[in-house]
Amino acid sequence: MTALLSAEGVTAATRDGRCLVKDVSLTLSAGELVGLIGPNGAGKTTLLKVLAGLRPCRSGQVLWQQQPLLRLPPAVRAQRIGYLEQRPQVHWPCSVRQVVALARLPFGDAGSATGRAAVDAALATTGMGALAGLPFQPLSEGEKLQVHLARLLAGQPAAILADEPTAALDPARQLQVMAQLRAESRRGLAVLAVLHDLTLAARYCDRLLLLHHGETVAEGPVAEVLTAERLAAVYGVDGHHDAASGSVICRLPVTG
Amino acid sequence: MRLWHLYLLAGLLALAELWSGPVAIDVGAALRATWEGRDSVDRIIVVDIRLPRLLLALLVGGALALSGAALQGLLRNPLASPDILGVSASAGLLAVLTLYFGLALAAWFVLPAAALAGAALAMLLLLRLTHRLPDTLALILSGIALTAGASALTTLALNYAPNPYALQEVYFWMLGSVANRSLADVALVLPFIVGGCLLLLRCGPCLDALTLGEEGAAALGFPLAQYRWQLIVGVACAVGGAVAVSGSIGFVGLLVPHLLRRAAGAVPSRLLHWSLPGGAVLVLLADLGVQQLAGARELPLGVLTALLGAPFFVGLLLRRESP
Repeated sequence: MTALLSAEGVTAATRDGRCLVKDVSLTLSAGELVGLIGPNGAGKTTLLKVLAGLRPCRSGQVLWQQQPLLRLPPAVRAQRIGYLEQRPQVHWPCSVRQVVALARLPFGDAGSATGRAAVDAALATTGMGALAGLPFQPLSEGEKLQVHLARLLAGQPAAILADEPTAALDPARQLQVMAQLRAESRRGLAVLAVLHDLTLAARYCDRLLLLHHGETVAEGPVAEVLTAERLAAVYGVDGHHDAASGSVICRLPVTG
Repeated sequence: MRLWHLYLLAGLLALAELWSGPVAIDVGAALRATWEGRDSVDRIIVVDIRLPRLLLALLVGGALALSGAALQGLLRNPLASPDILGVSASAGLLAVLTLYFGLALAAWFVLPAAALAGAALAMLLLLRLTHRLPDTLALILSGIALTAGASALTTLALNYAPNPYALQEVYFWMLGSVANRSLADVALVLPFIVGGCLLLLRCGPCLDALTLGEEGAAALGFPLAQYRWQLIVGVACAVGGAVAVSGSIGFVGLLVPHLLRRAAGAVPSRLLHWSLPGGAVLVLLADLGVQQLAGARELPLGVLTALLGAPFFVGLLLRRESP
């Protein structure tokens, strides 16, 4: 597999010097779906923004195909990396199609045949074609997220960075979104998703990166990362990964 | 409705403006006289009175509406416009100060440049405030504070005006009008308004990307930091130029983008292109309107737009859904 996006010893801090991510290294290759997990405040979103080139790092560097990412012009970066923020907003009463077409802005071809074809293909892949003409705002949360996924795909990126794509979705939608992300990775995209649901992470991801207090605790195949000791140390729960069903079962530790 | 319909309408209203006035004249003959270099009373009325008025209505209307559309796109808020946010009042304050201290006579560009600086300062202050207080209410309140401060300082300056005639002149200028201006006035602000409008039209894709918020826009390759200055300078040039020559014509920047949003679609870049002729149409209509209203003295244009705009603004506030 070819490494597309890699972080080497990345450290990021707030303006007042509080460290959010400490010396994290990560390689994301074409064709894999990697889950970025960790408790709230572990630095997952910060790391994702650094990887997308949306936030500077204090030390270390992010490379895109062995070249410093920040040296690429912003439009080229946007063409290569599709970034889905946590709870994405749409501020005007746009139609579904208009939202998806925003992905063509870095290419400057929203009005041309190429741009329209990319938008149509993305709408078809995500099953949103029938909703294309409808207004975006009244859609359900699940449909909105599918539209945003279609938007990412319309930009035909080589890598997708998604921040909690399954948050606020019902179980069926969560499974659909994860299946979609895995399908994209099998098509040759590099996908990194921040996830809170450890069962979804265990079932769908090829590899996991576990962050705690901004530092890498473990990285590797699911079974190696989600050990009972780590779940206790990082999440403070009694839990285990059931390899047969793919589920991660957690409960609060019994005290006294 | 199509975009060219608006341009056609603006053209027809512009022609109507040439024929409109207190005396009936043969416009064709006046234009022929101008072409042949002959002097006549009709020629003076058409070329020196009605033509500058028509050109200013086109320029000022387009500039104010375009600035309103750009500000709404930048702040992702349908209630934003140069007059509600205090940009026009701040431009007016600096323009009045240059008139007051006689600086406007020092060089041709001092008056528009001062109005431009006032508008730019207001924009900088607003962006700083909205960065700290991102919600709609804070934005409108910041605009109210800025307008109140600028108006109070303007009144303070007028209070010390050297003679009552100057006071009256500045007072009527502040009410907003495109009447009794010369072609020299048009030439004075033309470069500012055209330059500002071109800058704003170039920001279309960035404003489209801002539909997804600042972070979403940055992820699409449009970091706002890169475009912020272009927008500030664009709005400052367009509004500064408009205010310098026509005073404060309120609510054009609010009304026009809002009226056109349904026809043009919600995407900000399209709205920019529609607002340009849309603003010209509204100001030409209002100017034709004030000429038809009989009275001892012609009603200032800004009074009519405010009379139309104020209830509209309240209505907008009352039934504001998520933008």
